[in-house]
Amino acid sequence: MANELQLRVNGRMWTVTASPDTPLLYVLTDDLALKGPRFGCGLGQCGCCSVLADGVEIRSCITPTSRVVGKSLTTLEGLPAYYAARMKVTPAPELHPLQDAMIAEQAAQCGYCYNGQIIKGAELLFRTAEPTETQIRSAMNGHICRCGTYPRIMSAIQRAARAIASSKRTGALSGTKEVTHV
Amino acid sequence: MSEGANDQPGLARREFLKTTGVVFVGLSVAEGVGAQAPAGDASAVQRGLVSGPPDPAQVDSYIAIHPDNTATIFAGYVELGQGGPTALRQVAAEELGLDLAQVKDVRADTFVSTNGFTAASRTAGIGGTELRAAAAEARRVLLELASERLKAPAGDLIVAKGVVSVRSDPQRSVTYADLLGGKPFNRKYEPVSYTGGIELPRKSRDNAIPRRRDDYRIVGTRVPRPDIAEKVRGTYEYVQHVRLPGMLHGRVVWPRGQGAHGVSNPTVAGVDEASIKGIPGARIVRRRNFVGVVAEREWDAVRAARQLKVTWEPFAQALPGHEGLFDSFRAAKTNDATDTATGDVNAALSRGVHVVSATYRGPYQSHGTMAPNCAVADVTKDAALVMCSDQGIYQTRNGVARVTGLPIDKIRVQYYAGSNTYGSSCYRDAAQAAAIMSQEVGKPVRLQFSREDEFGWDNYGPAHLADLRAAVDASGKLVAFEYQAWGHAGGGMDTAMQLAFGAAPQINQAGGGFGALFQVHVSQTDMYDVPNRLIVNRRVLGSGYLRTGALRAPMDPSVFFAQEGVMDELAHAARLDPCEFRTRNISHPRWLGVLEAATDAAKWTPRVAASELSAGRVVHGRGIGLGTHHLPQNQGDRVTFAAAVVDVEVNKDNGIVVATHVYAAMDCGLAINPGIVESQIVGMSNHGASLALKEEVQFNRTNVTSVDWNTYQTLRFREHPAVTAIVVQQLHEKSSGAGEEVLPAVVAAIGNAFFDATGVRIREYPLTPRRVLAALKSTRRAPGRSA
Repeated sequence: MANELQLRVNGRMWTVTASPDTPLLYVLTDDLALKGPRFGCGLGQCGCCSVLADGVEIRSCITPTSRVVGKSLTTLEGLPAYYAARMKVTPAPELHPLQDAMIAEQAAQCGYCYNGQIIKGAELLFRTAEPTETQIRSAMNGHICRCGTYPRIMSAIQRAARAIASSKRTGALSGTKEVTHV
Repeated sequence: MSEGANDQPGLARREFLKTTGVVFVGLSVAEGVGAQAPAGDASAVQRGLVSGPPDPAQVDSYIAIHPDNTATIFAGYVELGQGGPTALRQVAAEELGLDLAQVKDVRADTFVSTNGFTAASRTAGIGGTELRAAAAEARRVLLELASERLKAPAGDLIVAKGVVSVRSDPQRSVTYADLLGGKPFNRKYEPVSYTGGIELPRKSRDNAIPRRRDDYRIVGTRVPRPDIAEKVRGTYEYVQHVRLPGMLHGRVVWPRGQGAHGVSNPTVAGVDEASIKGIPGARIVRRRNFVGVVAEREWDAVRAARQLKVTWEPFAQALPGHEGLFDSFRAAKTNDATDTATGDVNAALSRGVHVVSATYRGPYQSHGTMAPNCAVADVTKDAALVMCSDQGIYQTRNGVARVTGLPIDKIRVQYYAGSNTYGSSCYRDAAQAAAIMSQEVGKPVRLQFSREDEFGWDNYGPAHLADLRAAVDASGKLVAFEYQAWGHAGGGMDTAMQLAFGAAPQINQAGGGFGALFQVHVSQTDMYDVPNRLIVNRRVLGSGYLRTGALRAPMDPSVFFAQEGVMDELAHAARLDPCEFRTRNISHPRWLGVLEAATDAAKWTPRVAASELSAGRVVHGRGIGLGTHHLPQNQGDRVTFAAAVVDVEVNKDNGIVVATHVYAAMDCGLAINPGIVESQIVGMSNHGASLALKEEVQFNRTNVTSVDWNTYQTLRFREHPAVTAIVVQQLHEKSSGAGEEVLPAVVAAIGNAFFDATGVRIREYPLTPRRVLAALKSTRRAPGRSA
């Protein structure tokens, strides 16, 4: 039943041998040895396993691998490069501005849910450059944090939005206008 | 060093290091020294080579200085997400006179680390005190050596960044590394020791004196946690990431939800092997009632665990169900124990000008780890390696020894962080299950629990029923306080062990099984000055209830919800502002300090609760709560003080209560890293809101039914409160722990805020929409009455 599946992950093509119904998470963690997406519930309820598929956040624990063939997948590992490409930033920063903001806010505690928090927060910032508090609460509602660090995640998203906006103003980022609302 | 000198469990040591990716900072030093060390100079210099724990009376057990003039500490306290190890590095750097960047730590490992138990907020208080004493002794050794080398009295020496120089002639200097010359400290000293959490006086008069706290440069500062950057980058290695060559993926197959503990005995009636024939890669693993599956590919293991048909003997209809729980407590035969009886409560109650008599209830709650527990085990004929998340590597080792039958010194346990554990989640079960499966199949096994395994078989935080009576005199001063508490025994055998042994249901009954942790103590109430006080624990036998265990601030949320609720009821009866009521009845300056800090931050305006009720559909209120983590074993020795003010919004139409802002103050003595303490306050404020508003284990007559994030609700992003966190720094007090105390204060304050918003008192949490709507409905015709 195992098939050869071609996947584009973080800009690279991979060939994996797996049954087509295998949830993407297990391919990413076991075959590609990625540490970003991780198992939290296997039910799509918590958001620990989130990745971007063509820029849209999906739950890899309930997504059959066959369904993402042909899509461009981005995990936490590939987020800074994806951000750079999408926002036309050169050279690519070491981290996505939201990752920098999470460190500045000392937001994480156990940090296990942070893969999903960062992936979802980054998706939000691509879509809405300067989200309101209500927009952030709504966008992030599907990502549980049992350490209760929500206020720090909120601050980090706001800080990242400011950083992106200010780098646009100072010209550190270029060609960003047309991709502000994707 | 010969290979023969370091027989490793299962794997040659070099293989061990290669396959696990474990790199000990400074191991090469230990190796080199170990080869030359005279016999009898054992423990610490054989770090990584022999089973621990190393001798706590040797400086080398805690600290190594390397040729590059850096240090490594080996304290067996782990990173659960709370930042404790960063605080310990600060303590060591401070005492040793090193910069923080010069101090590293290593993965907790039973072949490396001192014996620590990362629970009950012990890391800073106990772990920090132990390490401070060892580091002070290390510094004394170094200064002795330097005095000799530099030919200057120790009093004339100064230390910066691990370089000792002569004050009057700074050109004369020497590094720590040069002083030790690659040798260990080899210094015996009198370590700090504890009995039941109480620090014992040290006998020697010649112990090294720690640095003056007024001179601290590193302790007391907001140092960032290095693990946070790794976690945010995605490079942090959780236990879920650990892989070994030749490893199989394992899943357990347990019945849906735990049954009545001590009565129901999960017993396999039959396993239908044909049910997973379609998954050729999967194999059944069985030891008596322990059933699992293993497969090379993880998805095969997951599918097989779901598909495998196991018939279980039916569970007894012995649970009361969550609806019938408190009636069953009240009806149960109890083994009563009086914690405190001072004065004459009945007489004082009869004299009271305002008397409150009320019953409060708190639910079973789950640890709700973000990630279900996971462990990787490699068990061979004569040794075992277990990589897992836990609170104490040496405690985990004991359980693995029992299930494998291997000698304890042949078991190596290494700590890899999982997600939040909040106490005894199913991490012991995971370690044991991985070991059992590896032993059965003869290969390394990575065991990952499912969401249902974790929620369904937790050691739940205990449910609580409380009858309280209290009274004040005409001036609003407390004259009587009575607390009658119902609760039941915890523990018993871990699930994995019980299934694998095919053991009869067992439970810790009377006596020790009730555990001081699960009872109510005067230490939770003595912030109030009350001349007449009675506290009785009505201990229900645990058979027929859920298995319980320590859950962050064990019992405290329920106890403070009740106690602080009653204090608010008294304040209301006496027409006093809730803050004014507390200041009239509290004289302890540190309790008053946190109360003032929280109310100042909240810009508290004095008024009687529920005195400004709104007729709107969405109403607002604010409440106060105090909290601590009760430490019956060391009252007065290591107490942390917390106070919270919480603002809530209540929607009378749908019954949804949202905590919108928490102002929380905590005095945990010396805050080694106020930034980390502040993070704990933020986390506890949100966790507390979750406990107060959402979390409740559901179960029927046979088993637990809340087994995922839909059936077990938790606070989500949209409803989270903003938090104003206040750390009350006490440079000269003992560090007393910072991971639990705000939690009960917040739960209590939310209950009180709900009353302020609605004029209705709910005495059972969580304040779910169903409970709120029922309470509002029952009092609709009589506003201001209690439910």
